[in-house]
Amino acid sequence: MKVILDTKQIEQILRDLTKNIISDTPPDLDIAVIGIRSRGEVLAQRLSSRLSQELGKDVPCGTLDITLYRDDLNSPRGNSQPHVRTTEIGFNIDDKIIILVDDVLYTGRSTRAAMAALIDLGRPRAIKLAVLVDRIGREMPIHADYAGYKTDAAPVKLVQVNLVESDGKDEVVIE
Amino acid sequence: MALKRKSKQFNWHRKHLLGLRELSAEEITYILDTARGFEQVSTRSVKKAPPLRGKVVVNLFFEDSTRTRNSFSLAASRLSADIIEFTKKLSSVSKGETLLDTAKNLEAMGIDIVVVRHSAGGASRFLSRNMNACIINAGDGFCEHPTQGLLDVYTIRKIKGTLEGLKIAIVGDIAHSRVARSDMWAMTKLGAEVTFVGPPTLMPTEVGRLPVKVSYSLDEVIEKVDVINMLRIQFERLGGNPFPSIREYSHYFGLTVERMKRAKSDILVMHPGPINRGLEMESEVADGRNSVILEQVTNGLAVRMAVLFLVNQAAAQKLKT
Repeated sequence: MKVILDTKQIEQILRDLTKNIISDTPPDLDIAVIGIRSRGEVLAQRLSSRLSQELGKDVPCGTLDITLYRDDLNSPRGNSQPHVRTTEIGFNIDDKIIILVDDVLYTGRSTRAAMAALIDLGRPRAIKLAVLVDRIGREMPIHADYAGYKTDAAPVKLVQVNLVESDGKDEVVIE
Repeated sequence: MALKRKSKQFNWHRKHLLGLRELSAEEITYILDTARGFEQVSTRSVKKAPPLRGKVVVNLFFEDSTRTRNSFSLAASRLSADIIEFTKKLSSVSKGETLLDTAKNLEAMGIDIVVVRHSAGGASRFLSRNMNACIINAGDGFCEHPTQGLLDVYTIRKIKGTLEGLKIAIVGDIAHSRVARSDMWAMTKLGAEVTFVGPPTLMPTEVGRLPVKVSYSLDEVIEKVDVINMLRIQFERLGGNPFPSIREYSHYFGLTVERMKRAKSDILVMHPGPINRGLEMESEVADGRNSVILEQVTNGLAVRMAVLFLVNQAAAQKLKT
């Protein structure tokens, strides 16, 4: 097991992501942050409170469950039985710039599912993808607009993001 | 927040839903938790999600139904399945075709899920033993109506938080009620105390062996219960003279405004529908502030979507192994 990001580095990445999102976004447009369950949810909450603070206005935050949009529902692999959980987005996404947040971008399949799910909720002005870790191994034509850390970890490895809210500690490890 | 990564998660493995008697409390809770995720599909701009795309659901109804059949149809459409509506009156059953032949012929067309209602107890179990499709029981004889039981406990849990320790009365024609039986299994497994209330002539003969209390007086229990589920008098099933007159039944077992004055202020009033207004329940009570009758219908949709999703997932897993 190798620690690739520690608490301080994660903190720095979130600070940089916030700065880059703000500099890319015209001030007259509304931003909202939506995290993909489960680790994306926690990161989205942190990002939205940073953005709210920096911009001096409320940046709404929501959580997206992508289970119903997965592309492997009728061909489940291994023991990964899908568990449906709630989508909690308490605002209208129409015409907003949506910052979609996930912990790790790898095959791109979760992102595809998330985009399909979002479009059933409304028509955002744009969807931008922000991830903590960008891992090589894409199976879909998808890229991150904001990526914290890039890794070329071999396919047999597991990249695991731990966060205080869910795991008691901030760190990213490769096993 | 339930975010623990390494906790072993419960896995659903049943490709049929035949009754609640055979389910564990954990399985029932898992269906209810899954249903929460389906509620929002019905409230957003595109009221449809793709998980049953390319699947065919048959509504095989040998008895009349408004709520259950429409609810299953809508649930299946919202999950992007195709639906065949089968009703006895418009089919070859009137030409003498048997239940199994009807079902087998539909299966030969390549269907995936059968939602069946039949006047014979065990009809859905019989189909599950003779077909490859997933079978969902939508009411069999006086045995079970599992999705009604599930939507009832879902509604109670959503408002009260839990069923643990709640006192629940189920009132009326218990003997002919599959709803009463499915409710009883779900409610008691989740920790509620259930009392069947009605005249002795409308109690099932096996009531002594069921995990319930029995009362022959609504006035005795009305003050004590947190939830009251009023059953419909099923005139189409009643033989003989189970009570002297409708007025007398209504006098002793009807939920009236007067009786409601003695109930807890936060009592939930439920009814599986269709209501005989003025008979088992006065209109003012059915439409009153304690009534959750229409919430039951709304929640039924989410529960049925969850059930359709879960049986289909179990079938997909089995296909793989």
